[in-house]
Amino acid sequence: MAALLEEAPRFFGYYNMLFLGQAFAFTALLSLVGCGGGFVFGFGLAVLRSERIVRFAPLRWVATVYVELFRRIPFLVKLMVIFFAFQLAGFDVSGFVVAATTVALSASAFSAENVRAGLEAVHKNQWDAAEAMNMGGLTALRRVILPQAWRIIIPPSMTYSVGLVKSTSIVSQIGVFELTYAAKILNQKGFSAGICFGTILLLYFALCYPLNLMAARLESKLAPSRH
Amino acid sequence: MPHLVIEKLSADYGATPVLIDVDLAVERGEIVAIIGPSGSGKSTLLRVLTGLLKPRAGHVHVAGTEVNYASAEALRKVRDRFAIVFQQFNLFQNMTALRNVTIAPTIVKKRNAAEVEREARELLTKVGLAHRIDAYPDEMSGGQQQRVAIARALALKPDILLLDEVTSALDPELVAEVLDTIRLLAQDGMTMLIVSHEMAFVREVASKVVFMADGRVVEVGPPAQIFDAPETTRCADFVRRILRH
Amino acid sequence: MAYTLQFGQVTPYLGYLAGGAWLALQLAAIGFVVGWAIGLVCAAILHYGPWLPRKIVRAYVVFFLNTPLLVQIFFIYFALPDWGIVLSSFQAVVIGMSLNAGAYLTEIQRAGFNSIRREEIEAAETLGFSRLQSIRHVIVPHICKVLFPPLSNQYIILTMTTSIAAIFGVEELTGRTYNINAQTFRALEIFSIAALYYVALTLVASAALYSIGRYFFRIKGKVF
Repeated sequence: MAALLEEAPRFFGYYNMLFLGQAFAFTALLSLVGCGGGFVFGFGLAVLRSERIVRFAPLRWVATVYVELFRRIPFLVKLMVIFFAFQLAGFDVSGFVVAATTVALSASAFSAENVRAGLEAVHKNQWDAAEAMNMGGLTALRRVILPQAWRIIIPPSMTYSVGLVKSTSIVSQIGVFELTYAAKILNQKGFSAGICFGTILLLYFALCYPLNLMAARLESKLAPSRH
Repeated sequence: MPHLVIEKLSADYGATPVLIDVDLAVERGEIVAIIGPSGSGKSTLLRVLTGLLKPRAGHVHVAGTEVNYASAEALRKVRDRFAIVFQQFNLFQNMTALRNVTIAPTIVKKRNAAEVEREARELLTKVGLAHRIDAYPDEMSGGQQQRVAIARALALKPDILLLDEVTSALDPELVAEVLDTIRLLAQDGMTMLIVSHEMAFVREVASKVVFMADGRVVEVGPPAQIFDAPETTRCADFVRRILRH
Repeated sequence: MAYTLQFGQVTPYLGYLAGGAWLALQLAAIGFVVGWAIGLVCAAILHYGPWLPRKIVRAYVVFFLNTPLLVQIFFIYFALPDWGIVLSSFQAVVIGMSLNAGAYLTEIQRAGFNSIRREEIEAAETLGFSRLQSIRHVIVPHICKVLFPPLSNQYIILTMTTSIAAIFGVEELTGRTYNINAQTFRALEIFSIAALYYVALTLVASAALYSIGRYFFRIKGKVF
């Protein structure tokens, strides 16, 4: 403990703070880009899987297989596959792009599930009513179903996003600069593992806790009333 | 002496008195209906009788012996005498209709399982559910669930059956089947205390109607008196408002 | 230079990889059982415990739910030795996974406690059930049914989480995949195959849990 207090002033110096600040920003940016892109993609997948919109069954099956596959592969394995796929296909992309792609593909599979659950939670007579008024599938989705479904979709999507923010720590494995990678570098520079990893644990907490709190708030606020 | 005698029964929820000096006598085989506005203490009276809420003061006699609500041991005896059917059925969701009916006699009263099952099948047949014996609560309609709940209560062979707004949670088209079941019990001479909003039904089956308000018994009389010529203005107001629908 | 996929070179390793899958399953089982026990105790404390233990449990859960497992294990493995606690990488992984799972399973089981329906207990009471009878016949079956789907989900998530152990040199499914890659340099092939192993593992687990839930608890919805 005394050793920790002794190195603290040196560790929390200006350059280290700038360094960790940048790393924090990269973790946040990676999460934002990945989850945002993944949600849009996942939303498209959920729509593709909806019988009400896509009448061509094989297209729905493809979407289903994709979702089932991607949510059953660990983040680390997905990361390695995508990393090598980019490399071997001859695309010279930065680690950040590989990482963001992995986060997005993970997010897309889980978002697709969340969105689908939300769409299915809307009573099917709502689709029937829209169809009876001659609305097309996409119009019904936009005008009738989504305005009712989004409150069921948003909270679990946020909770899942927090899970992905945490998963981004794994991209340090392929040398992408973010919080966990930064902590490893500081650790190699001679700072104790306790202070390096302890500090970034707190930084991750600072990122995730408000998000989780917001998800919980939204869930209780948006929960449809029972009567 | 009447089968059930309630004297000066009082009970509180926390500091709020919810039952104040209730007096009531019920003869064997009699059907007494309790009516009144919500919050008048009707359901509370049933909860106190069955021991879910401890009385603060007063006495209850069944068949000449005083009911003791003081200890857990004594409460077991109370529950041999009273069986209650709830508004929300409260069937055990993890058991079939048959198991819901047989469980208390077998595990609480330790009776012979085969005999209990035979009786349970008879009871379920009687309430018109011979074909749903192996169904789970979530596979049944509200009316069917409520009839299972009635069979479950009867399986304990109670002296007095308490029915707490048993049709209030049902869709209108399902009310009749439950009321028919209660009529059947009336023919068998079951002593019943019924809290109900079904005024036509109350008028038909009850020999006595109790009007309660603010935790007190305001007026007691035969249906003809309560519905056609109430003596108190509170009762008259209530009856007029409710019969207008 | 164009890269062509050559699965032929990695097929001799499929059995070796299956051994890694078996270790992954064991790791998941250990993490789940220990985490479940931690979660049960913590949920009980949150529900019935006095103020201070409740706050401590709350802090544990909130902290572990909001920080990455990987960094938690880094801390356990690299930082604890400074305080005299030296653990093997395997021990560090198992402890980290269990503590992490414990936090999730606390949340899940707390929700289970909260879902107990007072009306059903009252019904049992009026039928003359003793406290123990009502716990055994009404409360426990109800909790089992409510908890089965989220516990199943957690088990499957945990199966995938075990891949993190590879980062600490544990030779489970992902760890062995790294080994094969180092020998054959057929990275894309072998990692794709590892991915399919995980898909197979979790699909089998999902199917088994679905059948169990259907048969024992009459749960109709799918798990994970």
